[in-house]
Amino acid sequence: MNNLNELRAKCKEIYKQKLSRPRVVVGLGTCGIASGGDKVMAAIKKEVEARGLDVDVDFTSCIGMCYREPMVEVALPGAASVVYGDIFPDKVAQLLESHIVNKKPVYEWAAIQIPGEATPYEGIDIMEQSSYYGKQVRSVTSRLGRTNPEKIEEYIATGGYEGIEKCLQMERQAIIDEIKKSGLRGRGGGGFPTGNKWQFVYNTPGEKKYAVCNADEGDPGAFMDRSVLEGDPHSVLEGMMIAGLAIGADEGYIYCRAEYPLAIRRLNLAIAEAEKHGILGDKILGSNFSFRIKIKAGAGAFVCGEETALLNSIEGQRGMPRVRPPFPAISGLWAKPTCLNNVETYANVPFIIRKGADWYASMGTEKSKGSKVFCLTGKINNTGLAEVPMGITLREVIFNIAGGIQDGKKFKAVQSGGPSGGCLPEEKLDLSVDYDSLTAAGAIMGSGGLVVMDETTCMVDVAKFFLNFTQLESCGKCTPCREGTKRMLELLQKICDGKGELKDLDTLERLAKVIKSSALCGLGQTCPNPVLTTLRYFRKEYEAHIVDKRCPAGVCAALLCYVVVAEKCTGCGACLRACPAGAITGEKKEPHSIDTSKCIKCGACMTKCKFDAIIKA
Amino acid sequence: MASCACEKIDLTQEDAALDKLLDQYRDYRGGLIPVLQEAQNIYGYLPKEALQKIAKELNMPFSKVFGVVTFYAQFHLKPRGRYIARICLGTACHVRGGSKIFEAAKDHLGVDAGGTTEDLRFTLETVACIGACGLSPCMMIDEDTHGRLSPKVVGDILDKYE
Ligand SMILES: Cc1cc2nc3c(=O)[nH]c(=O)nc-3n(C[C@H](O)[C@H](O)[C@H](O)COP(=O)(O)O)c2cc1C
Ligand code: SF4
Ligand code: SF4
Ligand code: SF4
Ligand code: FES
Ligand code: FES
Repeated sequence: MNNLNELRAKCKEIYKQKLSRPRVVVGLGTCGIASGGDKVMAAIKKEVEARGLDVDVDFTSCIGMCYREPMVEVALPGAASVVYGDIFPDKVAQLLESHIVNKKPVYEWAAIQIPGEATPYEGIDIMEQSSYYGKQVRSVTSRLGRTNPEKIEEYIATGGYEGIEKCLQMERQAIIDEIKKSGLRGRGGGGFPTGNKWQFVYNTPGEKKYAVCNADEGDPGAFMDRSVLEGDPHSVLEGMMIAGLAIGADEGYIYCRAEYPLAIRRLNLAIAEAEKHGILGDKILGSNFSFRIKIKAGAGAFVCGEETALLNSIEGQRGMPRVRPPFPAISGLWAKPTCLNNVETYANVPFIIRKGADWYASMGTEKSKGSKVFCLTGKINNTGLAEVPMGITLREVIFNIAGGIQDGKKFKAVQSGGPSGGCLPEEKLDLSVDYDSLTAAGAIMGSGGLVVMDETTCMVDVAKFFLNFTQLESCGKCTPCREGTKRMLELLQKICDGKGELKDLDTLERLAKVIKSSALCGLGQTCPNPVLTTLRYFRKEYEAHIVDKRCPAGVCAALLCYVVVAEKCTGCGACLRACPAGAITGEKKEPHSIDTSKCIKCGACMTKCKFDAIIKA
Repeated sequence: MASCACEKIDLTQEDAALDKLLDQYRDYRGGLIPVLQEAQNIYGYLPKEALQKIAKELNMPFSKVFGVVTFYAQFHLKPRGRYIARICLGTACHVRGGSKIFEAAKDHLGVDAGGTTEDLRFTLETVACIGACGLSPCMMIDEDTHGRLSPKVVGDILDKYE
C-alpha cells in the first residue's frame, strides 16, 4: 500500500511557507460574504497592489463569530496573528497601514489574537481565554476560520487523511469498535449511537452497500452543517470514506440542500482534489478499497431531512418517509444496506480515529460524549457558531458565550431542536446540555440550533409559527399529521386573535397526543413539541390571551391597542396623515389621539412617529 | 408563416439543451430530480412540453414526473422573474423581525409571496432558513445572501438587481 508520507511532507512544507509570510486572510463563509466580506477582499487586494505591499492575501471560512463579520485576520511572521471584527472596506487602508506597514495592530478593532509560538500582544484577548471561545472546545470546528477550505494541502498538512490511512491498516471490525468506544452519537437530531449503526450495516450481508451523508439541514436556526461543509469539506469526505471502508460500501452520496450553493461548490472541489491525489476513487492509496462520492442537491422539502424520505429523494421519487422497519441499515438506498449519518457525525470520525476513542470519550457526560456544535441565534448579543463540550449548562452558553440578551432586555425562553424541539424557560437554564436532559425537559438536542427569545417574544405566537411551518411541511401521508396540525394551527390563530376559550388548551393537548402517537415519521412524532412545551412552561401567557384578551409581549396584533402618549406627542401630525382608517384626530401642535373603534391596527402611525409617542398597549 | 423568428431560434436552442441533458441522464439512476433541476435552469421554469418530453425520454409515466414536480418547493410550472428574492422567515429571522422585511419587500415589488413582477424582473418567495441565522434577518437574491437587514434597506438592495 502507498502511504501519504511524501505528499504529507510536501503539504506541510507548503503550509509552513504560507505561515512564514505576512498575510491578510478574509473570512469568506456564507455569513462573511453576506456581510460584505467579498467587498472587503476586493478592497484589500486593491490596496495591497496600489501600495506594492509584500503580503499574501488569502481567504478562509468562518471562525464562528457571526456577530463580528466581516472578519479579517492579519499575521506577520513570528508575531501573534490578530483577528479583526467589523472590518468594512472603509477600514482597510488604515488596517494595512498600521498592521502591515507600521507593524502595529489596530487594538480597538481586534476581536481576538492567536499567538501560536509568538509572544501575545498586550490588550487583545487570546482566543482560548476570550469570553466567546473560553468555554468552547474546537475539534470538529478546529479548521474553521483557520485554513483555506479550497486547498487540500492545508487539510493534509493539519492531520487530514491520517484517519483513512490508519483505518486502511485496521480490521474493519476494529474501526467500528473504535467508534463504539468513543461514544459518538448521531448529531442529526436522533442521537443514535453511531458505532451501533455501523455494526448493523456491517452485519447485513450484501455485495453492494452505501454510505449516505445527510446535509439537508432544514432546521430553521441551524447552520452548523453548512459551516462545516464550507469550512472543512474534506473532513466530511474522510468520515464517509472511513464509514464506507468499515461497513463495506464503495459508493457514497451527500444530500445537500440547494439553499447552500457555496457548500456544494466547495464539496465538489474537495472531491475533485481528493480524486486527483488518489485519496478518493478506485483502489485508494493502492489498497483494495475503492470509494466514490456523489452529490445530490435537495429540492426544497423539510421532510427530506428524515432519513427514509431522503433516500426516496435520492432515488428521484417524491420525498415521503417509508415505513420502518426495515431500517436503512437493512434496506436503504435502492433497497441496499445503507449507513446514513449527519454531516457533523461524519466530520467527527477522522478526529476520533486520529486522536483515539479515549480522547473523545474524555469530553462530555456519561451518556453524551464529545463535543457538539451549536448555532446561537435570536435576541442575543453574540450570534454565531460555538462548539462546546457536552454537559455545559444552557446558562453558560447563553450568558457567557453568547453574551446575554440584546439591548439589556430580559431572557424569556430558549428554543432548542427546531420544529421538533421545545422552548425552555429561565428555570431550566441550569440544565446540562446533553441528549437525555434536554429530552427529559420536553425539548430535544436536535441538530444544534439554539434560538434565544426575550420578553418581547410572544410564546403563543412562537408556537403558532412552528405549527405553521410543520403544517406546510407535512408530507401528507398520515391524516393526523396532515389535518391535525392544521386544526392545531387554527386553534392557535384563534387564541392570538383574542377569540380563544380555555377549553381550546385541552383540545390542543389532545390533538398533540393523537398526532404524536399516529405519525409514521419523526416530523409528526415531534411537531407538537413546541406547543406542548410552551403550554407546560408558559401556560400563563396562553391564559392571558384567552382570559384577559391581552398579549403580554405586545406581539399579537388583534389584542393590542395603539395609543398616543400625550406627554411625548408634539402634535406634528405625521401619524394622522399616515393613518389609512382616519382613526387619528388632533389639532396641530396639540397631542393627538386614536379612536380604537376605528383603528385597524396597521401600525403605520407608530412607524411614522419620530417621537416614540405611539405605543402598543 | 409570420411567426417571430428570434423566438423560434431561442426555443430550439433550449430544446436542444434539453435533448443534450436527457442524453446524459438516460441511464443514470435516480436522475429525475437532477434532470428537472437542470431543465428548470434551461427554461427558467418547467413548461408542460418539457415535462412531457422528460417523461417520455426517461421512460416513466407523466403522472410520476408531475408528482415529483409538485412535491418539491423548488420546482415551478409557471415562468418566473429573472431574479428570485427569497425572504427568510425561519425561526431566528422570525424573532428578529423577518416578517417586517417580508412586508417591505412585498411593498417594494408590489407582489405577494409566490408572485412575479409584471416586468418579469423579480419573483418574491419566502424560505425557512438560508443558514445565515447569525446575521438575521436575512434574504437571498439568487445565490447572494444579504444579512442584518432592516425594512429601510430592502428596497435599495432589490434595486441593485437590474
Ligand atoms: C422531519 C425530520 C427532519 C430531519 N432533518 C434532518 C436534517 O436536516 N439533517 C440531519 O442530519 N438529520 C435530520 N433528521 C434526522 C435523520 O432522520 C437521521 O436520523 C439522521 O440524519 C441520522 O444521522 P445521525 O445518526 O448521524 O444523526 C431529520 C428527521 C426528521 C424526522
Ligand atoms: S408524520 Fe407527517 S411528515 Fe411524517 S410521514 Fe406522516 S404525514 Fe408525512
Ligand atoms: S406622529 Fe407622534 S408626535 Fe406627531 S402627532 Fe402623531 S403621535 Fe404626536
Ligand atoms: S394603527 Fe393604523 S389604523 Fe390604527 S391609528 Fe395607527 S395608523 Fe390608524
Ligand atoms: S460568521 Fe460564518 S457562520 Fe456566521
Ligand atoms: S432563520 Fe433565517 S437564516 Fe436561518
